[in-house]
Amino acid sequence: MIAEFGLAALWLAAALAALQLLAGSLALTPRGAGLAAVVRPVAVVQGLLGLVAFVALIVLFCETDLSVKLVAMNSHSAKPFIYKLAGAWGNHEGSMLLWVTVMGLSGGFLALVEKRLPEPTMLATLAGQAFVSLGFYAFLLLSSNPFERLSPVPAEGQGLNPLLQDIGLAFHPPTLYLGYVGLSVAFSFAIGALVTREVGPAFARAMRPWVLGAWIFLTLGITAGSYWAYYELGWGGWWFWDPVENASLMPWLAATALLHSASVLAARNALRAWTIMLGVVAFSMSMVGTFLVRSGILTSVHAFAVDPERGSFILALLAINIGGALTLFGLRAATVTEGERFAPVSREGALVFNNVMLSATLGIVLFGTLYPLAAEAMGAKVSVGPPYFNPMSAIFVAPMLIVLAVGPLLRWRRDTFARVSGSVALPALLAAAAAVGVAFWTQAGLLPMLGLVLAAGLALASLLPLRGRGLRRTPLAVWGMVMAHFGVAVALGGMASDSAFSVEKLVASRVGETTAVGPWQVRLDRIEPVAGQNWTAMEARLFVSYRGGAPIAAFPQSRSFWTPPQQTSESALITRWNGQLYTVLGEQSDDGRWQLRLWWKPFVTLIWFGGVLIALGGLLALLGRVSSDLRRLIAREKIADRRQRQGR
Amino acid sequence: MNTIKPKHQRLVLALVALAALVGAALLAIWGLRSQASYFYVPQELVASPPAPDRAVRLGGMVEQGSLKTEADGVTISFVVGDGKARVPVRFKGIVPSLFVEGSGVVAEGKRAADGTFVADNLLAKHDEKYVPREMQDMTAEQAKQVVAETR
Repeated sequence: MIAEFGLAALWLAAALAALQLLAGSLALTPRGAGLAAVVRPVAVVQGLLGLVAFVALIVLFCETDLSVKLVAMNSHSAKPFIYKLAGAWGNHEGSMLLWVTVMGLSGGFLALVEKRLPEPTMLATLAGQAFVSLGFYAFLLLSSNPFERLSPVPAEGQGLNPLLQDIGLAFHPPTLYLGYVGLSVAFSFAIGALVTREVGPAFARAMRPWVLGAWIFLTLGITAGSYWAYYELGWGGWWFWDPVENASLMPWLAATALLHSASVLAARNALRAWTIMLGVVAFSMSMVGTFLVRSGILTSVHAFAVDPERGSFILALLAINIGGALTLFGLRAATVTEGERFAPVSREGALVFNNVMLSATLGIVLFGTLYPLAAEAMGAKVSVGPPYFNPMSAIFVAPMLIVLAVGPLLRWRRDTFARVSGSVALPALLAAAAAVGVAFWTQAGLLPMLGLVLAAGLALASLLPLRGRGLRRTPLAVWGMVMAHFGVAVALGGMASDSAFSVEKLVASRVGETTAVGPWQVRLDRIEPVAGQNWTAMEARLFVSYRGGAPIAAFPQSRSFWTPPQQTSESALITRWNGQLYTVLGEQSDDGRWQLRLWWKPFVTLIWFGGVLIALGGLLALLGRVSSDLRRLIAREKIADRRQRQGR
Repeated sequence: MNTIKPKHQRLVLALVALAALVGAALLAIWGLRSQASYFYVPQELVASPPAPDRAVRLGGMVEQGSLKTEADGVTISFVVGDGKARVPVRFKGIVPSLFVEGSGVVAEGKRAADGTFVADNLLAKHDEKYVPREMQDMTAEQAKQVVAETR
């Protein structure tokens, strides 16, 4: 019953999306103006119905209702409860249902709270949101029905990919989806603004919290995903330039650019067409990512189903949405009036530079990600990895980071380098000192060295906007900017430190033997079998000591799952303030020795601390913007109220 | 420094953006040509070997009886074959689970001067649900033959 109930809710939500599109479009014409009142309530109800369907699916997974095909394919009664719950979105259909649910809820929330924009722009925006949602409803209902029944009912489910049986999975996909789909609102805003030609600071202010919110979730999702890959895969790396990782990085790059250009539009009424374009591009990248990940044309834990029909369907959606938006942009961009002017050396100039560099980086990642697909279509099998991505993206990221150090100090509209040169002298000096330091003391490669130098300079420079301000009176948004930029320096420092200073040791060790890795002594104390709810494992007890200090125990495992049968290695990490010891247990060789793979990774944790700082900075900026918007709204209502009373 | 005339400013911005994106595209094409790693089966690798420092991937079946572990306990050597050619492979590291003789493997690495393939990563067939992409294709094209000949 629950499955049918969920399906009915889904169909109803799709019907309401169609109604929302129709009413929203007609309300823009003089004759259909009466329909305007319908649009907002419909958007809210549509979002709630999507939520109902999603909750129904979660209930089915929690009960392990094996008569539902999706549950039987992806769950198992012996699975821990939390993974039954997370299993609801750890598969193709469930994750697409999560996608439309989030999209519907975003639209509903938008309809409820956004009152600043002119009504026609709002109607066009909500119609745009409904149009995009409708495509995904069709995809879900026609080719990926999550509520399909199975007959006969199997005795037991097939289980969930063990790699996905991790607490990270419970939060990683929903976080990323909130980011991806949050960008759909920016996309709809761009469409709405193009339809009514109302592009200005008010539009940017309305759009900005959504972009910020989506960007925060993307940042957190990428950070968490990176850490998950780092400890779960057992390869010691934290970023593999895997197409799936790139799929989340590309919308992030576009959203970062959009965030900054929306700030220019809100503060200075410039970069109008550019901001609209980025709004379109950001969500397009989300959809490209979804296509790459969900169509099954890639091999990874994310490619749940290899089904050409689904791939074509998403591709068609992509083509309609992106093509339609770009056509609209092409038709209307010329009528978007020119924004305010500014000199090349100015805050706007720096932001434009960073926007262009971010876009170029996006282009590099996009090309590298799509190239293997294009090559395969022409009969050649290739893969593209770090040797391409690292240097190519650095070419654009490095100049961007240099401008990032200076840009926030520049004045709007027009400035000179001479005025800020005094302020940036200190960070430049620090960077130079770091350059001398790394050149003399390390044998790191060019990119890690460059990273260390830039991180040192940027860490200091990012704090400069606070100089000379009363700290209490500094707006939250400025705090947010400083924190996010500082986070970039922190993350960069972690990345560079990891690749410059990591020590790796691969040994076959007898029980009782000690291995040195960097400043650590690692003793293999014993190996014993252990068992969990749906796995068995060989577990090593390692006693590790840092520079001869007291030994600490670490327990890496080599795990065997039985539903489905698969082996994974569970790494054990020892975290210190200055880095992590990473231990992996391998196989036993014929002579009884055990393989151990050990890394000492100085300051590697800074990568994820930096990511969290960036997200927190975004959160502060969001709070600052929302509270000042609220204050402005309240003030305006008071004035309107007073006028009304005086008029009487 | 003067602000630019309104008409020109938009044009200049558009040109700057365009130049950067075209630059990025050209750079990407150049980078991809020199850095993309191609997939080989043993026959192709022997017939037209890639340059020694070029990273490529080699896919095939691990020959029965060819798997040996060296004295350090972490370096292994084995032969990857496709029924038409045989390539010796060396790998130092923890092998993926389900990597056994007679099963398929994709090795990422470089071809050394002596003809040995030095792998820095191995991808093995995990189970029916998660198969490396190249191996899927191989099952269709060659696996039957390969299995018949390696058995």
